[in-house]
Amino acid sequence: MTELTAILVSMVLSATPLLLAAAGELVTEKSGVLNLGVEGMMIVGAVVGFGAEYNSGSAVMGFAAAAIGGALLAALFGFLTLFFLANQVATGLALTIFGLGLSALIGTAYIGKPLPHLPLLDIPGISDLPVVGPLIFGQDAIVYLSVAVTIAIAWFLSRTRLGLVLRSVGENHEAAHALGYPVRRIRFLAVLFGGAMSGLGGAYLSLAYTPLWSQGMTAGRGWIALALVVFSTWKPWRLLFGAYLFGFFSIVQLHAQGLAVPIAPEFLSMLPYLATILVLVIISRDAKRIRLNAPASLGKAFRATA
Amino acid sequence: MMKRRDFLIGTGSAIAATAALGMPYLARAADKLKAAWIFIGPTGDMGWSYQHDLGRQAVAAKYGDRVETIKVENVPESADAERVLTQLANQGSKIIFTTSFGYMEPTLKVAKNFPNVYFEHATGYKRAPNVSTYAVRFYEGRTVQGTLAGRLTKSGIVGYVGSVPIPEVVGGINAFTQAFRKIRPDGKVKVIYVNEWFNPGKEADAAKALIDQGADIMCQHTDSPAPVQTAEARGVWSFGQSSDMAKFGPTRCVTSNVDNWAPYYVKRVGMVLDGTWKSTDTWGGLAAGMLVIPPFNKTVPQDIASEGYKVKQAIIDGTRHPFDGPVANQAGEIKVAAGSNMPDPEILGINWYVQGVEGDLRK
Repeated sequence: MTELTAILVSMVLSATPLLLAAAGELVTEKSGVLNLGVEGMMIVGAVVGFGAEYNSGSAVMGFAAAAIGGALLAALFGFLTLFFLANQVATGLALTIFGLGLSALIGTAYIGKPLPHLPLLDIPGISDLPVVGPLIFGQDAIVYLSVAVTIAIAWFLSRTRLGLVLRSVGENHEAAHALGYPVRRIRFLAVLFGGAMSGLGGAYLSLAYTPLWSQGMTAGRGWIALALVVFSTWKPWRLLFGAYLFGFFSIVQLHAQGLAVPIAPEFLSMLPYLATILVLVIISRDAKRIRLNAPASLGKAFRATA
Repeated sequence: MMKRRDFLIGTGSAIAATAALGMPYLARAADKLKAAWIFIGPTGDMGWSYQHDLGRQAVAAKYGDRVETIKVENVPESADAERVLTQLANQGSKIIFTTSFGYMEPTLKVAKNFPNVYFEHATGYKRAPNVSTYAVRFYEGRTVQGTLAGRLTKSGIVGYVGSVPIPEVVGGINAFTQAFRKIRPDGKVKVIYVNEWFNPGKEADAAKALIDQGADIMCQHTDSPAPVQTAEARGVWSFGQSSDMAKFGPTRCVTSNVDNWAPYYVKRVGMVLDGTWKSTDTWGGLAAGMLVIPPFNKTVPQDIASEGYKVKQAIIDGTRHPFDGPVANQAGEIKVAAGSNMPDPEILGINWYVQGVEGDLRK
């Protein structure tokens, strides 16, 4: 493998958990709910997924359990914010702290236990092609899933009736309610979907990326996923680009160090964040674009009045 | 960051019992020596804090009813640490172990206010009448690793995942490189710092990058087993850090540098019980049993393994010094002359790379 191929392959891997969690959060936010508990849902997904695969021996079971675990935690958030009208920001932050603690509690039994890596796609002849072989035809199943789900979300939001309804709920819940759409139910489902995707993202870390469980192993990726949603201006395609860009910079700085490029490693570690902020600034210059895409009711509690 | 105060072994219930049953219980509770530990991360990290916690458990097992152990995890190296330490001292802890470098100032500050409480600060260098310091000579294990790596490598390139460029880490890299180049004079050590002590994903990324750049030996000075696991998946030899990581590299993890705090903790708590505690500075390695190198992987060829064991024994016996001269820096200037060893203070504060390490060290 050439240096560039190696960087690109690692880039895709490191972007995958971010992409999964961010794609879920994008749908949640499009419905008008801001769930800051992504980190908490990811880490619960990571531990639940690990436990399920460890006990069943099946990676599929692991990912399924992780999605359910993430969705359950999201359901808690949904109940509190949608039915009891708790503040979304505070509840989301609490959810992260709760998730970190809960996962530590569940995970005590799994510390120091290894799991096998996920199998990689291997098409004889094709997976051995230079660059595209390992990059496009040599990844694990979840990598393909993350891209497929992102594309499906893009299609769902822009091309389906239900997607339109979801967006209308996020833009103006009063109007959607007046039209007879079940605002709370739609939002609750969007929250559940976001939780399931965060759970998958977390499980990708504990089952595929580094198949092990350790406390706090998501290491802030949930927050990056949240930032990516804003970065993408709530557009799935841009999210895909943003996640890979972030992955690229976080990998490239490591390679640069290995090649003894004379730049401070602290500066290189900053690069992915710097790049994110930069693109954010460039995108935000166009105020109209941000306003057009940000769901107008984002973070606002909905109380049915009529 | 999460702040989880995890008081073990019923500090809470002891207080509740005292309240419910009155004075007799208070007197009895006071008979028990309270020993407390504060940790920078979760004790479930399978690395640094985990090993310290094993030491705490050894104390609990050794002294049974005579000692009550308390642990507080995820204590930031800030004013928060002072608050936690003050709280622990107020609750009657007689000896408190602060297990991260960054607790140095908070430990000294709080120690001043509680002259009758003994404090023990890991990896620090500032002491007081009631503050001891203790650390492990991790670099001794690196000499064994470097020797084994020199024999096992084909490419002559070592990948080293570093946490942060502090003397403890730099000294380990240097000791490794010295031993490695004794066997492979043309060998190179590539270092990638992840600027964190614990981030499995990033550590794995760094390990992949190093392997992609030709490394066929994986070394780490970070706390998660991710580099060992990555090396296993890629068929590259690896060395674990802090705890025994053999399970994460069943065929390729040669051995690990295991911190063993238990003997020290048992001894120091025993001294408090006997009333013989004094402020000291302890820096123990293989000979003291504070650094443990588990048996090498069975996949390591016999002759290479026995050479490794010989080096280990030589360090224990004192016949081999990890920094025996000549030691040259990257520019080729001799820093330690042939026939002499690098003195301890210099090892403690080392801030330059020896010849064979690639890249500049940022200070």
